[in-house]
Amino acid sequence: MNRTFLGAATAIGLCLAATGAMAGKADDTLKVELSGEVDTLNYYYNSSREGLVASLQIFDTLVVKDLSTGEFKPNLATEWTWIDDKTLEFQLASGITFHNGEAFTADDVVFTLNWAVDPASEIVVFDKVRWIESAEKVDDTTVRVKLKAPFPAALDFFALAIPIFPDQYYAEAGRDGMGVQPIGTGPYKVTAVEPGKSYTLEAFADYAGLGKPKAAIGKVEVATVSDSSTRIADLMSGRAEFLWQVAADVMPRLAESDETETASVSTMRIGFVTLDAAGRSNADTPLKNKLVRQAINHAIDRQAIVDALVQGGSELVNTPCSPIQFGCITDVTAYDYDPAKSKELLAEAGYPDGFALTMTGYRDKAYAEAMQQFLAEVGIQVTYDQLQYSALASAHMDGKVPMAFLTHGSSSIPDMSAITTEFFGGGAQDYARDQEVIDWVMAGNTSIDTAVRQENYTKALKKIADEAYWVPLFTYPLGFAYTADLSFTATPDELLRFYEMSWK
Amino acid sequence: MLSFFVKRLALAVLVALTVSAISFSLLFLAGDPAVALAGENATPADIARIREIQGFDRPLIVQYLDWLFRALQGDLGRSWYFHLPVTELIGDRLSTTMTLGMTSILFALALAMPMGIAAAVWQNSIIDRVALFIAVVGQAIPSFWFALMLIVVFAVNLGILPSSGADSWQSFVLPTIVLGYYATPAIMRLTRAGMLEVLSADYIRTARAKGLSPAKVVFKHALRNAVIPVISLAAVQLGFMLGGSIVVESIFALHGAGYLAWESISRNDLPTMQALILIFAMFYIFFTLLADLLNAWMDPRLRLR
Repeated sequence: MNRTFLGAATAIGLCLAATGAMAGKADDTLKVELSGEVDTLNYYYNSSREGLVASLQIFDTLVVKDLSTGEFKPNLATEWTWIDDKTLEFQLASGITFHNGEAFTADDVVFTLNWAVDPASEIVVFDKVRWIESAEKVDDTTVRVKLKAPFPAALDFFALAIPIFPDQYYAEAGRDGMGVQPIGTGPYKVTAVEPGKSYTLEAFADYAGLGKPKAAIGKVEVATVSDSSTRIADLMSGRAEFLWQVAADVMPRLAESDETETASVSTMRIGFVTLDAAGRSNADTPLKNKLVRQAINHAIDRQAIVDALVQGGSELVNTPCSPIQFGCITDVTAYDYDPAKSKELLAEAGYPDGFALTMTGYRDKAYAEAMQQFLAEVGIQVTYDQLQYSALASAHMDGKVPMAFLTHGSSSIPDMSAITTEFFGGGAQDYARDQEVIDWVMAGNTSIDTAVRQENYTKALKKIADEAYWVPLFTYPLGFAYTADLSFTATPDELLRFYEMSWK
Repeated sequence: MLSFFVKRLALAVLVALTVSAISFSLLFLAGDPAVALAGENATPADIARIREIQGFDRPLIVQYLDWLFRALQGDLGRSWYFHLPVTELIGDRLSTTMTLGMTSILFALALAMPMGIAAAVWQNSIIDRVALFIAVVGQAIPSFWFALMLIVVFAVNLGILPSSGADSWQSFVLPTIVLGYYATPAIMRLTRAGMLEVLSADYIRTARAKGLSPAKVVFKHALRNAVIPVISLAAVQLGFMLGGSIVVESIFALHGAGYLAWESISRNDLPTMQALILIFAMFYIFFTLLADLLNAWMDPRLRLR
């Protein structure tokens, strides 16, 4: 039992009788509390999820993706066409203005793209645009984007990760000005910012984007409160009206109050354990043996971890991607919890008495300890080290980690290339180094023919499962708690859309 | 007195330099800052690009000297996360932490000194026992738990004080009680021990024999001598509160310097972290120096050592 849970459980227990004044609906202001700090509202210099959430409200992208149908819809662009497999042309909507009155034009799109890909701009989310070569204006409402190589997930990135900035305002405000007084075309405009502490949004009356609804809630105040128990106390006392990342174990008790509602959704973030099948960390590692990797997969009771610890609608995964992403099939070899079979496989591989191994992680120690216990039962003695994310990521890229317990949210991009490329595309984090898999993943990544992509991804995912290159674990659920006055639907992409919320 | 001051000051500068050099190298060992900056989907090429832009590819000693040279000119660099000058960022946060630190130490002194004096004057009485109980409880209760209990009672159930934020003086009441109470036991016990020692001294017996009132004996003659070690302790406690109020600041969402330090460590925001360590070290050094000078002023014998 950790400190957070103990605190939160006590707070709820003592608070349930007490009721706070829920003033949000009365003054049309939604008070949101998030755990992470929003250091800058200049999207391109903020790689945090909170930064992406803020950008969704303030800025607009060229297109948006309907998560239920998987179709792209117009937003700042009305139409788009692939001229060839490296050229994408957008027809832009007219009559759209930025929050400061500046008209949205093709110049803004060309400026944003060319500026973002220019190394001199020093943006930190370069991974979102690195596949773009350049953008050019064809006429006032037409922009042509050149790609460095065929990149079928381009529209997914345009739908979420590449907001359009106003060229004239940016020239005046610059990087820092945009961070504290951002101007976009989105459903909300920013009226106050205290970097790292809070920001205030107000519905943009002249909102004219095509893909998002006009904001129904007049004002949204977003504050950072890092302690989860305090956030819950704030919700109970009416100081906050919307929380996310609420732990699954406190949700049932929160739901008992008539004044709060809770929701939980299985997200695109998956947990997994990488196995050093290529022997990068040690040429003699037992993990090079396929039977050992299969034994490890059979030894861990993933369902028990989900039921006892993760909860909240988490689902098991068998592939190195989220089932809601394009290309991610689920029909692959699955490894049931079967310790007897695991021991047999270990004996067959020449390790009847097991062996010792180190696993490294950066979060959710309880899950890691459960896995440690399951592996000990079949004779594999695992030492668990927990590091800071950056330290683990460095070591993992350097090929020093035999077994890493990681999670990945694909930056909310609903295309499996956003995660699989990183771990099976032959790059620094690829511990399988299977040339056949690399070729299939790359073929899927570079064709704009959907059928060809699916065919190659299917082959790659099946082989990854057959070879047990990973221990895919489960999806991470995301919990929400909010005032009962609020109408809210949770989405699986780990994002918040205040403009889709309304008062009941 | 002047040479005493100069000696102590020179020592303080040396300590500050050592702290900054050690912390700089330790921070680099904690993980590659370029990885933390690049985010989740970054490739090694993206990370290498950031490493080059930020100058992390230079030798550590060059980076440290570069930082030190600029720090001496008052430029502590720019935060990698906030994209703001570190001085501006910290200045804003420091006022919150200073307010909390000052109110907490005053609260602790106001609670602990009368208790310590009473416990010494009425040694082994029920008052002494109650004071001991309060001190033991203060030391045993984890801050986060105590904070949460206060939030539940005063913010949620009674609704008279805010549970988070720093928008008014009321926001500081609960954090002050939590942080101040934590410092109370040590000050209380030291006051009690000091008073007991002084009260049994010969000159106190003489004062009593002269027929002075008990209050005059305690407050005029005994307290002045008993309080000397308490001043040193209070100064160190204040240094601790300014640098170590991380838990309290994070529970009450106060966004002070302690909380900023914690966040900067977890995000490898090196310029901010480095500046904060230097400032916290300066606090300790300054308050220890202040305590030394106050003690020397109150007890002339100390100046000769």
